[in-house]
Amino acid sequence: MTRTDVDTPTPSPAPRERRRFGSSGLGLGFVIKLVLVALVDALGVYGLLAAYAVGHWGIITTLAIGLVVVNWVYFSRKAIPAKYLVPGLAFLLVYQLFVMLYTGYVSFTNYGDGHNSTKSDAISAILLQNDRRVEGSPTLPMAVVQKGDELGFAVIEEDGQVWVGTADQPLEAAPDAVVQDGRITEVPGWDVLSYAQVIERQADVLELRVPVSDDPNQGAVRTQNGTSAFASRSIYTYDADADTMTNTDTGAVYRPNDQGVFVSDDGAQLTPGWRVAVGFDNYVAMVTGSDLSAYFFQVLAWTFAFAILSVGTTFALGLFLAVVFNDERIKGRRAYRSLLILPYAFPGFLAALVWRGMLNQKFGFINEALLGGANIPWLSDPWLAKLSVIGVNLWLGFPYMFLVATGALQGLPGDVMESARMDGASPARIFRSITLPLVLVATAPLLIASFAFNFNNFALIYMLTGGGPNFPDATVPIGATDILITMVYATAFEGGARDYGLASAMAIVIFIFVGVISWAGFRRTRSLEEI
Amino acid sequence: MRRIPRGLAVAAGVGLLLTACSGGTSEEPSASDTTTTDESSSPALEGTLTIWADETRVDDVKTIAEAYTEQSGVQVDVIQKASTDIGNDFITSVPTGEGPDIIVSAHDGLGGWVTNGVVGTVDLGDKAGEFSDAAVKAMTYDGQVYGVPYAIENIALIRNNAIIQDTPDTWDAMVTAAQATGAKYPIVIQQDPTNGDPYHLYPLQTSFGAPVFATENGSYTNELAMGGPEGTAFAEFLAAQGAAGILDTNISADVAKEAFLNGEAAYIITGPWYVSDFTAANMDISVLPIPSAGGQPAQPFVGVQGFFPSINTENPLLVNDFLVNFIATPEVQTQFYELQGRVPAMTAAAEGLSDPILLGFNEAGASGAPMPAIPEMSAVWEWWGAAEADIISGKAPADERWATMITNIQSAIGG
Repeated sequence: MTRTDVDTPTPSPAPRERRRFGSSGLGLGFVIKLVLVALVDALGVYGLLAAYAVGHWGIITTLAIGLVVVNWVYFSRKAIPAKYLVPGLAFLLVYQLFVMLYTGYVSFTNYGDGHNSTKSDAISAILLQNDRRVEGSPTLPMAVVQKGDELGFAVIEEDGQVWVGTADQPLEAAPDAVVQDGRITEVPGWDVLSYAQVIERQADVLELRVPVSDDPNQGAVRTQNGTSAFASRSIYTYDADADTMTNTDTGAVYRPNDQGVFVSDDGAQLTPGWRVAVGFDNYVAMVTGSDLSAYFFQVLAWTFAFAILSVGTTFALGLFLAVVFNDERIKGRRAYRSLLILPYAFPGFLAALVWRGMLNQKFGFINEALLGGANIPWLSDPWLAKLSVIGVNLWLGFPYMFLVATGALQGLPGDVMESARMDGASPARIFRSITLPLVLVATAPLLIASFAFNFNNFALIYMLTGGGPNFPDATVPIGATDILITMVYATAFEGGARDYGLASAMAIVIFIFVGVISWAGFRRTRSLEEI
Repeated sequence: MRRIPRGLAVAAGVGLLLTACSGGTSEEPSASDTTTTDESSSPALEGTLTIWADETRVDDVKTIAEAYTEQSGVQVDVIQKASTDIGNDFITSVPTGEGPDIIVSAHDGLGGWVTNGVVGTVDLGDKAGEFSDAAVKAMTYDGQVYGVPYAIENIALIRNNAIIQDTPDTWDAMVTAAQATGAKYPIVIQQDPTNGDPYHLYPLQTSFGAPVFATENGSYTNELAMGGPEGTAFAEFLAAQGAAGILDTNISADVAKEAFLNGEAAYIITGPWYVSDFTAANMDISVLPIPSAGGQPAQPFVGVQGFFPSINTENPLLVNDFLVNFIATPEVQTQFYELQGRVPAMTAAAEGLSDPILLGFNEAGASGAPMPAIPEMSAVWEWWGAAEADIISGKAPADERWATMITNIQSAIGG
């Protein structure tokens, strides 16, 4: 009561004070605010210009709206709560909502190996990859020439003759051109570009193809460095109007399909493809009809088992130790407690690596020293690996539960215990009917958080077993100790085909699982508290 | 202070804002100012190249890049990436325009880059003949050249001369002789309990005539070639060596290196990366070709290091100039060898080698096969290693486990 009295300012002077500052509004605080907002604006405008330079309209729109909102909020007198909320909300949008929405978006596409970018990127990659030097074509000295805005190439043929042409005009002889020391210095009717000028227009120069003659089979002259040229020919040509790729050798026509690849009539595909929306295909593939689906439910079951067992074992051990060390009859409790918390001080991934070494079948400390040279495959037998994972997580996790439970125990009302003892309840009965429910009320939210953490305990699995031992008959790199999140990692980054779309779909499913369980858990906790 | 009119304060704020933005955008003019029309042979170039290199190469690439800047005036930014992520990051960042102009890497990621359309092409022209055959082949994918090689590396048999002086012809002869010396391990080959290590076992596998993929016109097809009786024979060999304790999945890279360093192993099969540790410990070692176990020549994988251009670069001509007129010169190749201690890819530079250790690796790799760069290869590693680990540790019968592995890989690369 007294605290509230001190903290609550007397109501009358405060608004007046605020109004005084508000009306003049030009105190030191205002100047600082002005400088800070100006800095944010400057950063934002710089971002706008940078985004405009690369033509990223999504970023431009978001930034512009953000800037307007920030300026309005901090210069308006109405938006008092918003002044406090805006920074947090901005970070929430960028780091949480955007990531979630983007993951959701990717999960509805076939983004992954072979579908890495846009269609226009795929087309230019196909054309470039199949653009080959015409066999036996020599490397010729050349110069880039310009007439008005049109670029052309002037090449010195092997007989010393200079030939000039443009993209639309096949090479023709230019007998009046001047060649000095093997370099073309003058071509009548054309400006010869200096190297610096060539560099300025390098993208155009690199794309320019000057047909050798009217016969397309002789190829077109191109350059990769602006000083020498060679004749090359692309096996494929792209027809923008019909949206088809044609193989000029065989005449086969490739059409885009709804999976984002060019396919010929006989089913041959061109790589690379491009990203397209595939609807719910990834979600369907997760549970049925793909190499991965056969193991999805197995992994899902183990994920739940792992998370529940991890929370259960760590809490049981932590609570047991807490109860034991809460007893005043034990001497030197502080020292014991400090020792028990030690594992908590190790970074989890480091501890997992150390345990991986200790559990090595032949050289590990456990087999070698503790079990006298036993040959137990702790990490390479499916069931023992599962046991090892849970065991190591118990070692890593119990100190946290011990701390939490100790805190909760010390907060228990002594009078309730006392009256229970007076009523003749046995210690077991007291524990079951009074201590445990009361401790649970205090720790349930932490247990839920711990469950969510272990559901996604990537570092432990990845560092300790790498998800292994792999299922011997699996066609995907999934193993007996893989949980959903490591399966997402394996799908996205390991094995032959990286599939970001499928990985994102699984990430969304994990999000839904954890979200629903946490929500249900917290609701249940609230009802516990009401008892 | 308090009496400053509001309008003035706002104006001051706007002014501040304006100066702040003008500071941020003042990079515009420089490029167009320099319309230098100089006729000299070394034009002052403008521009910046961004190169990605992993932690093992970044310092050396920086040294080389400085020489290029001095020579051409082009600024080169060398950015360090983790070796495990560099290939993947290249794939994801090139389409966004955030990628580098050039990536320095081993060639085994090339297939993935081509399938994802992120790597540009290089025309080596007449210079192709100046490189060793294996090096150019490694830079080639489906008939197109995508990079400029600078170094070659492969594994070899390394002998501890203090224990034994034999130059073995066959695996069995080597093991027998090494066991006779009483060394704790006749030979160590690094493995992993669950993932094996097919890379270090590959020379033994090829000596049974079971290469991973079939070849056609010198480049790999996606047709598995390690099934069949040859593959099974190799699997049986692994099982036998595992049962005899010669091969052991619990000998990790660290254990193998330590054992050899401590003089407990007569031989080790490893690459140039550990040799500096051995020589630093003043060990007397020789680098030898790997002996055959199955009667045919033992071919290690040959990895080729190279510079690869991005398909999405703002400076394609500069990139090409850097690759073809700078990296593909004997001087730079020799400088790389001096910095990195790997066999240069350019024959003219490789001929100048005198270091017996590098010559040994060069000889051991002469018969080698380029590491397949086709994307199917990354699907192979996982099952390959796991199967070999199971066979060596005797967890599964050799022939059955090998057949399962072949089926798995088939379905993984088929689907």
